Amino acid sequence: MKSIVEQNTLALSGNEAVAYAAKQSDVDVVAAYPITPQTIIVERFSEYVANGEVETAFICTESEHSAMTACLTAALTGARTFTASASAGLALMHEMLFVTSGCRAPVVMAIANRALSAPLNIHGDQSDSMAQRDSGWIQLYVENAQEVYDTIIQAFRVAENPEVLLPAMVCLDGFILSHSLENVNVLPDDVVKKFVGIRQFPNVLTHEGKMAPLKLDPENPMTMGPVAFPNYYFEVKRQQEEAMKNALKIIPQVHDEYAKISGRSYGDGLLEPYSLEDAEVAIVCLGSTAGTVKTMVDELRDEGAKAGLLRIRTFRPLPVNGIRKALEDVKVVAVMDKCMSFGGYGGPVFHEIRHILYEAGKHPTVVNYVYGLGGRDTSPQQIRKIYKDMQKILREKRVKNPVQYLGLRE
Amino acid sequence: MKPKEKSWKEISIAAVCWKPSTETLTGDWKTYMPVRDLEKCTRCLLCVLFCPDGAIHWKPEKGDIEFDYNFCKGCGICANECPTKAIEMKLV
Repeated sequence: MKSIVEQNTLALSGNEAVAYAAKQSDVDVVAAYPITPQTIIVERFSEYVANGEVETAFICTESEHSAMTACLTAALTGARTFTASASAGLALMHEMLFVTSGCRAPVVMAIANRALSAPLNIHGDQSDSMAQRDSGWIQLYVENAQEVYDTIIQAFRVAENPEVLLPAMVCLDGFILSHSLENVNVLPDDVVKKFVGIRQFPNVLTHEGKMAPLKLDPENPMTMGPVAFPNYYFEVKRQQEEAMKNALKIIPQVHDEYAKISGRSYGDGLLEPYSLEDAEVAIVCLGSTAGTVKTMVDELRDEGAKAGLLRIRTFRPLPVNGIRKALEDVKVVAVMDKCMSFGGYGGPVFHEIRHILYEAGKHPTVVNYVYGLGGRDTSPQQIRKIYKDMQKILREKRVKNPVQYLGLRE
Repeated sequence: MKPKEKSWKEISIAAVCWKPSTETLTGDWKTYMPVRDLEKCTRCLLCVLFCPDGAIHWKPEKGDIEFDYNFCKGCGICANECPTKAIEMKLV
């Protein structure tokens, strides 16, 4: 696919790519609190504010709980709103994440994925965002700095779509992506501004008995997120689930529209299959690990092995049908989890993938590898080992241990 | 008869209220209700200012105040603040 506009190539770290995308996306309000490895995102953005490069109200809050509260309320007035966080900061936002999705405030937040304490660790794993997967936020996981730039821009369009109106997290692996410098092709400012457009609001029935755009406006007073007793709370939650279903339709639409302009695409925007058509063994993973896996898939293919990869770009909403279709003809699937679900049966991605394949016509054997916790490096050789294990399962038709730890000293 | 409750497809998103809160009476939450001694009351209106629920109204035509028991939750702040101790909280 060719780009229809001329693009500049900049050397940006993942964090800088996020800040650059937010700068171009005509953001009205940023409220944030610094935390490693996200800090550079808001640091760069505050420079744009100081230099007068953006017309954004920048609010330095006293905590992440306050940052999310400020973002929520700004978004409810109709402002395009952005923030970033990670690890303990995201955990501190936990309460307000649910309020934000419940109030249908389309805040976009970058997460530079980092481990949770204790023991204290500033390095990357996905425990922080995985712990928030049921908070009603859209979750997009990116593979590299280029994708995070593209995805932040798309996230505003998805989140603010009146059929969706849900907050969205764009997750980039801490340090591996957040702090690594890459060549990033950036679109011209006016192209991005036109792409994100101006926020549209659905009409809602207010207590004055009239239809009004869903935003806080003295001309049309309304109450959002009030008390809802057992007779109505459930109905409101069902609406959020419907919005997630709509997001499954809108994410690929926005992705395709962006691809036509930029020349860059990531599968269908939901899932990115790689050498999967005739694959017998396949890895399922999220984020930057997919880059290493792709390299190994190429090597294995050269050696004659039928190896493939399914990268999940959109984890919430989960593209259930797409995953089932992509994997049901694969014989052995290894799901990689950069997160531990203590006391559960494997990691959270494993739960979902195995669960989806339960309803498939054919049941591939599904195994799990928990890996990379606290920023432990995952080498191409370790990925090769996973494929070797899968080939052994294929030969011997037997799984010794469905849940394993990759790169752990026993 | 209770009105038919709406489905999730019929209500406004973000739980935006489609009727004013004054249509939902909340006065039956209270255990104690304020009762005023008309002799002791000086109509200073401090209770009107302190009521957290706006449930004490000044009625200019009467030159007097009135408790709105449809919304009074019996918190007792009015009785506590009354400088002449003219309000007594009585079990409902």
